[in-house]
Amino acid sequence: MYRTGIEPPERVWWKKVERHEKVWVWIAFAWCMVLFAMMPVWHLRGGQNPSGIRHRVDPADFQARVAEFVQEYQVGTDNGLPVVAPPPGSHVYLQASQFAWIPVVRLRQGAEYTLHLSSLDVNHGFALYPLNINFQVVPGYDYGLRIVPNEPGEFHVMCNEFCGIGHHLMVGKIIVEPADAAAEAVDAPAAGVSTAGGDR
Amino acid sequence: MSAFRTCPTTGLQVHRTADRLIKANAVVATVALLVGGIAAVLVLLTRWEAVLLLEADMFYRMLTVHGMNMLIFFIIFFEMAVLYFASAVLLNCRVPAPTTGWVAFVLMVVGTLMVEWTMWTGRADVLFTSYVPLRAHPLFYLGVILFAVGALTVVGHFFAIITVARKEKAYEGSLPLVTYGALTAAAIAAVTLLHGAIIYIPTFLWSLDLMHVDAQMYRLIWWGLGHSSQQINVAAMVSIWYLLGALTVGAVVLNEKVSRTAFVLYVLFISMASAHHLLVDPGMGPSWKVWNTSYFMYMAVLASMIHGFTVPAGTELGMRLRGATQGLFGWLKRAPWGDPGFSSLAFSIVVFGFVGGITGVTFGTEQINIIAHNTLRIPGHFHATVVSGTAMAFMGITYYVIPLIFRREIAFYPLARIQPYIFAIGMLIFSMAMTFAGTFGVPRRHWDIGFTQALFQPEFTPAVNLIIGVMAVGGLIAIAGGAIYIVVTVVSVFFGRKMAADDSGLGATGRGLPPGITNPPRALKPEDKEVLQPSGRLGPVPGTMVLVLIFLAAFILYYFVNWMLLSFLWEVG
Repeated sequence: MYRTGIEPPERVWWKKVERHEKVWVWIAFAWCMVLFAMMPVWHLRGGQNPSGIRHRVDPADFQARVAEFVQEYQVGTDNGLPVVAPPPGSHVYLQASQFAWIPVVRLRQGAEYTLHLSSLDVNHGFALYPLNINFQVVPGYDYGLRIVPNEPGEFHVMCNEFCGIGHHLMVGKIIVEPADAAAEAVDAPAAGVSTAGGDR
Repeated sequence: MSAFRTCPTTGLQVHRTADRLIKANAVVATVALLVGGIAAVLVLLTRWEAVLLLEADMFYRMLTVHGMNMLIFFIIFFEMAVLYFASAVLLNCRVPAPTTGWVAFVLMVVGTLMVEWTMWTGRADVLFTSYVPLRAHPLFYLGVILFAVGALTVVGHFFAIITVARKEKAYEGSLPLVTYGALTAAAIAAVTLLHGAIIYIPTFLWSLDLMHVDAQMYRLIWWGLGHSSQQINVAAMVSIWYLLGALTVGAVVLNEKVSRTAFVLYVLFISMASAHHLLVDPGMGPSWKVWNTSYFMYMAVLASMIHGFTVPAGTELGMRLRGATQGLFGWLKRAPWGDPGFSSLAFSIVVFGFVGGITGVTFGTEQINIIAHNTLRIPGHFHATVVSGTAMAFMGITYYVIPLIFRREIAFYPLARIQPYIFAIGMLIFSMAMTFAGTFGVPRRHWDIGFTQALFQPEFTPAVNLIIGVMAVGGLIAIAGGAIYIVVTVVSVFFGRKMAADDSGLGATGRGLPPGITNPPRALKPEDKEVLQPSGRLGPVPGTMVLVLIFLAAFILYYFVNWMLLSFLWEVG
């Protein structure tokens, strides 16, 4: 008449389903469809997607591209790291290696950039604090993400993928200047900013 | 001595080889749990910034030890015992290849020892995931390969036992649901361990400088092992839910078709979960991510939501058949909460579903993963699934395995009765606090979030310190629960009073005996309107219906709150 899960049932167990059970299965199914639909919908309507421009890159080539980027837009140094202020709309290159993020990047609020992430050695994790934006940084792959900083301030880039014993030392910086202040800075270029060379 | 013994409690014929293999695997599993538990204390007391116990190198080493011992050695050795139990014992059948069984066991132990040696001597500070190109000693990879080959052999042996049982007509009809569930776990294990071989053999060769391994390809295939092996745990855990339900209250199976189809959904779709770890990786595109992370439109999630209904529903009916028919929740009120098997079952379902399941599906959403990847939210999630869910269920079943297989009474029974409460409450506080800390962006696998020696010092809000403190207290409570479990099981197995053969049959009430078997619910009569519909089907289950709707409401709320949090961020894409 009834049995537990440790007793063998009869050969044919394909039987009709009780009402409550059937109702729950359909509710659960409908919810699963909602879960599935949300992701494509966010691709169409939402502002945050991990798609990006993705391709393979040789770590040495990426390093050279970062060096070129630093040379082109460097405006100073911070704690020995080059500070770079690329113009709105440009490609920004951030290099991860044991145990540093190079360079420090200065962006403008409301402007769009393409942020390229890659690693020279092992896996690293791009974690933008305090916003909690996280991306995986994989050696041999360039992850180019379109970003629009929506608020000014000083943000830190933590590494959140274990990358060796110095993992916890790996902190970088992204500065976002307010939209109006940035406009003033353009009027008086490089005033008061050290032009000492970077590390390379 | 006969090759078989007759179990006085269940009347089953138990092959002594099965007995011994179950014991051996269970004992090694407990040792691994102890080692992983000691590492857990050290890791916890280091992440608690107020204590910061270990130095950085020892912290990462102990984190590696914790991950490997808990997620691989404890769980898989225990699952090997479950496979022998669900096949040879439940099916009344012999173990056809005892030598193979022991060779597999020895292979697994040797592999384990190799891995332990490399980890403890600082030759494998690469954490559980050992992402290439972080490099460990070649014996680390070789040890994992030997372990996987041994486990794969046991899985093959399990299939052989089922085949033999069928050929020799050891049982009538179809496989019991619990064995069927274990069969799906074994099928997933076969796929998973093959992924392990595909990735660890090249990685072993790479560690000897014999070939190149791509970092992204490693992540893709490694997670075919790493996440899918958690799905073995899910399938094994759900089987044990049905088993515990049967043993504790005589829980009935509402509908074999529904429960078995749900198990099949696991096999079909669950290995796609590798994607959960690659959602913010550069190697794959959005359509691959959406399709795979959803396990073919969330069909594996559907399976878990079905089991989350059928297990409590079966328990509800089992209790109603015992006369607990008052109102919606009379069956819950009168359930045997003092039976550690039952309380473990209840906590395992609740914490797995409400905390582990909801957070897992939410974080595994392609875009929401941006605010979850590699933060403390992730270990918060999987401590709720694999610890409060799987390990809790495994602990619960131990309280029956010891009397039934080891034939010993549970020692310190009053302590055993409160153990599930201590462990579950501790883990609940721990995993929820951990998840909450992660929403502030606190990274996982990180020695010092004070960044005292770093170039720049990001400062977390003081709230984070408080949450981490709560997490640490919860963790310590859970560790106390785990320690009680180890003490109770070790003392019972080695020094416990032997069960007398005559006081454990039908009607017996000896402690640690499964009341679902010794005192089953009364037989059903056709006039039982309460639990039987005119059509002859079992039901209805109003209490369970209310519970699952509460669950769904929590799920919907958490899911959409996370979309809202995501929408506040910078535009990125």
